[in-house]
Amino acid sequence: MPKDTGIGASSKRREDVRFLTGNGRYTDDINIYGQTYVHFLRSDVAHGRITSIDTSAAESMPGVVRVFTGKDFEGIGGLPCGWLVTDKHGQPMKEPAHPVLAQGKVRHVGDPIAAVVAESLAEARDAAEAIMVDIEELPAVVDMKKALESGASKVHDDLADNLCFDWGFVEENREAVDNAIANSAHVTTLELVNNRLVANPMEPRVAVGEYNRSDDMSTLHTTSQNPHVIRLLMGAFVLGIPEHKLRVVAPDVGGGFGTKIFHYAEEAFCTFASRQVQRPVKWTSTRSEAFMSDAQGRDHVTKIELGLDADNNFTALRCLTYANMGAYLSTFASCTPTWLHGTLLAGNYKTPLIYTNVKAVFTNTVPVDAYRGAGRPEATFQIERVIDKAARELGVDPIKLRRQNFITEFPYATPVAVEYDTGDYVATMDKLEEIADIAGFAARRAESEKNGKLRGLGVNCYIEACGIAPSKLVGQLGARAGLYDAATVRVNATGSISVMVGAHSHGQGHETAFPQVVAEMLGIPEDQIDIVHGDTSKIPFGMGTYGSRSLAVCGSAMVRATEKIINKAKKIAAHLMEASEADIELKNGQFTVAGTDKSVAWGDVTLAAYVPHNYPLEDIEPGLEETAFYDPSNFTYPSGAYCCELELDPETGKVTIERFSAADDFGNIINPMIVSGQVHGGIAQGIGQALLENCAYDPETGQLLSASYMDYAMPRADDVPFYAVDHSCQTPCTHNPLGVKGCGEAGAIGSPPAVINAVLDALNSGGHKVEHINMPATPSRVWAAMQG
Amino acid sequence: MAKVAMKVNGKSVSREVEGRTLLVQFLREDLRLTGTHVGCDTSQCGACLVHVNGEAVKSCTMFAAEADGAEVTTIEAMANDDGSLNTVQQAFQDYHGLQCGFCTPGMVMSATALLKDNPKPSEREIREYLQGNICRCTGYHNIIKAIMAASGQDVASVAAE
Ligand code: FES
Ligand code: FES
Repeated sequence: MPKDTGIGASSKRREDVRFLTGNGRYTDDINIYGQTYVHFLRSDVAHGRITSIDTSAAESMPGVVRVFTGKDFEGIGGLPCGWLVTDKHGQPMKEPAHPVLAQGKVRHVGDPIAAVVAESLAEARDAAEAIMVDIEELPAVVDMKKALESGASKVHDDLADNLCFDWGFVEENREAVDNAIANSAHVTTLELVNNRLVANPMEPRVAVGEYNRSDDMSTLHTTSQNPHVIRLLMGAFVLGIPEHKLRVVAPDVGGGFGTKIFHYAEEAFCTFASRQVQRPVKWTSTRSEAFMSDAQGRDHVTKIELGLDADNNFTALRCLTYANMGAYLSTFASCTPTWLHGTLLAGNYKTPLIYTNVKAVFTNTVPVDAYRGAGRPEATFQIERVIDKAARELGVDPIKLRRQNFITEFPYATPVAVEYDTGDYVATMDKLEEIADIAGFAARRAESEKNGKLRGLGVNCYIEACGIAPSKLVGQLGARAGLYDAATVRVNATGSISVMVGAHSHGQGHETAFPQVVAEMLGIPEDQIDIVHGDTSKIPFGMGTYGSRSLAVCGSAMVRATEKIINKAKKIAAHLMEASEADIELKNGQFTVAGTDKSVAWGDVTLAAYVPHNYPLEDIEPGLEETAFYDPSNFTYPSGAYCCELELDPETGKVTIERFSAADDFGNIINPMIVSGQVHGGIAQGIGQALLENCAYDPETGQLLSASYMDYAMPRADDVPFYAVDHSCQTPCTHNPLGVKGCGEAGAIGSPPAVINAVLDALNSGGHKVEHINMPATPSRVWAAMQG
Repeated sequence: MAKVAMKVNGKSVSREVEGRTLLVQFLREDLRLTGTHVGCDTSQCGACLVHVNGEAVKSCTMFAAEADGAEVTTIEAMANDDGSLNTVQQAFQDYHGLQCGFCTPGMVMSATALLKDNPKPSEREIREYLQGNICRCTGYHNIIKAIMAASGQDVASVAAE
């Protein structure tokens, strides 16, 4: 019987009621008395030198409060990067300045040059058109390999070239890997592109800055996944506002997918400008602005080689990747192609030797940073594509080849510096074969062929590192922050509870799932427990939500804090029942004394804590409120196996996904309904990457060609099928108290290779000897591949 | 500035607006009905979908002045009179048809318009109808299920969990 409350129950989401009735409170719904509006004048060229800016006409336009340019930000810090990568020669990465408003040069289409603050948005826009900017256009660098050629135009004049860093991992293994590949019985080589994507949460970014002179307090309302991270970065590195004078609020946030992790210029601007003009300043991104100002994702160009011995065992893997940083280093840009990518290159396989080289390159494009999966989709795509290619070259079954090379014993120390605690890749593959009905594929293919269609089936596995992250370890790797999280459990006198958490929910359903955990531990109804998140003035210092970390890290902090509550409550209960603390048991919201019929209710104990008339004041303090910070000892390692089955129309090259199946191991699960929803959404994004989405720049001019939903193909309801998802294979995480692994990114990581493997299977079944096709596999690309 | 008057969620309203004011701005900024959202500037996402004289309309494609004299219904008026969720809203909650909730008002308004014209739509019909509503969170699976359930169809037989 499925449970109907607590851990494991598909409790319906309580947050839904406000969203379904139009009562959500997103940042753009916030309007503060006296607020002004800002419009940014953005560069329409990819690269150029600003020779003059004349704002005088704009300043005299109706409604204009003030016009800002880069000059107003001289002497103010730039936007910082949160992760220092050290290159293979021991040198630090290049960290060029990232000004809030352009200083001297513009480096990508959309780079903000000036900002008009006005009484209304329309007036701000009108005035921005009256700003006269002269830009001497410079040659734009777009293609990464060309950007590294000598004599290439430099994105940053103060750097020697466009190379941000040249990273080798594990550098000590390089020769051994070269030798192993040279001595392999078979080597499969694949060159591929992991296409640039735009995260596109449906809510565009918004920032409202507010300054209160009476207490010298700045408040920023912003669409963020991690308000404390923004407070730290903006306060300490950009504006120099001490943290106790800075409050960051992220209310309801309409999706993030990574792109709302980072600290953006517009946030710093609104906070800064609200102090200057002494009025609230509001910025609402249009979708067009989002395309040129939200950090973008992926954009790797890779050569990968897999060595196999005569028995088809993997011997070594070598990867050379060019990773596009865009024009500036976004907050976690440097970590994504390195530590979130290189450490995952073992995948689900016992490949003994692995080496990767990553060259990070500056180009005149929008900055690139983490997008759902961040580094792990790139690693998975390479591994799972090269394995499929090897299987085709060797004439072996791709599932068998994978099974043969699976890691089967845990814990398993990979050659790329991480240790998987648990997993069962055989079980998830078995489950996949069952739910995808792989045995029935031949018959379905025959049916498609009768109708003149090609049918393909593609499978892949994935592993990811979630629950980011052990602070000590990431500190050694270059992180400039700790990655613990925190929770405060505040029990009120009447027994209801507020839990203040550092994690932030922007679609994940924390307000429902987190209370399920506390309810289970205390044996009280879920609806007596509320989650408070998203406001630095209310919650303990936590690091927010990304990298599938909320439950594994913040949830663990919440468990620890609740344990402290239970310990104290037992002391109070023992006092009330004149029993020994060791004999107190808590069950279904009742404290009992073992072996007696004495009991006190949860509410009696909580009341005693706040009305301590009969209370052990000499031993314990009144009140019932506890905080815990939790720093994980390892990453968690969700894994799974995915299968895509599709039909391909040989007349047009159009691909239609017929079935999509996902067998995941997320460890223990708190709310299966929410977990399935996370997987569905991830799969749609993965299918989007594989078949539809592409962020394109003109290779010569650096103009953004896909700057709206007219040109950037978002997956629509009729592009995707119903999915079959299963998470019954559960190998609990061994090092966090809930045994949970995280599920937010799996779908986006696990699905692109399955789709492309299936496209290639369909093509080859029709006699088209196509070895690889780059994403997105649009009809024109597929059709061109068929023409040879 | 011109005066526009219309009935929004059953109440008569009138305001002075600039000619360029879009209906969605009028609803969000003048009337503070912030349940209707703006997700794009090319009329493609459907986050702004409302009903004008009973028809589904993207309120970013219409000037407020064009709705002069019209009856407009927004997400704020969709719940039952006692404040409980109506059938479509309840199905979205029951089937987890929303995550971040940003596309949701548009989805509910769109689904309601669909069911008015086609009380028992097939999966294919729903998917095609929703082409103008983008959701980035749910992968659509549970939205389709919710709409089928709201129309009284047996959902368990068409799609897994
Ligand atoms: S805001 Fe109207 S369709 Fe996107
Ligand atoms: S629920 Fe987030 S966009 Fe649909």
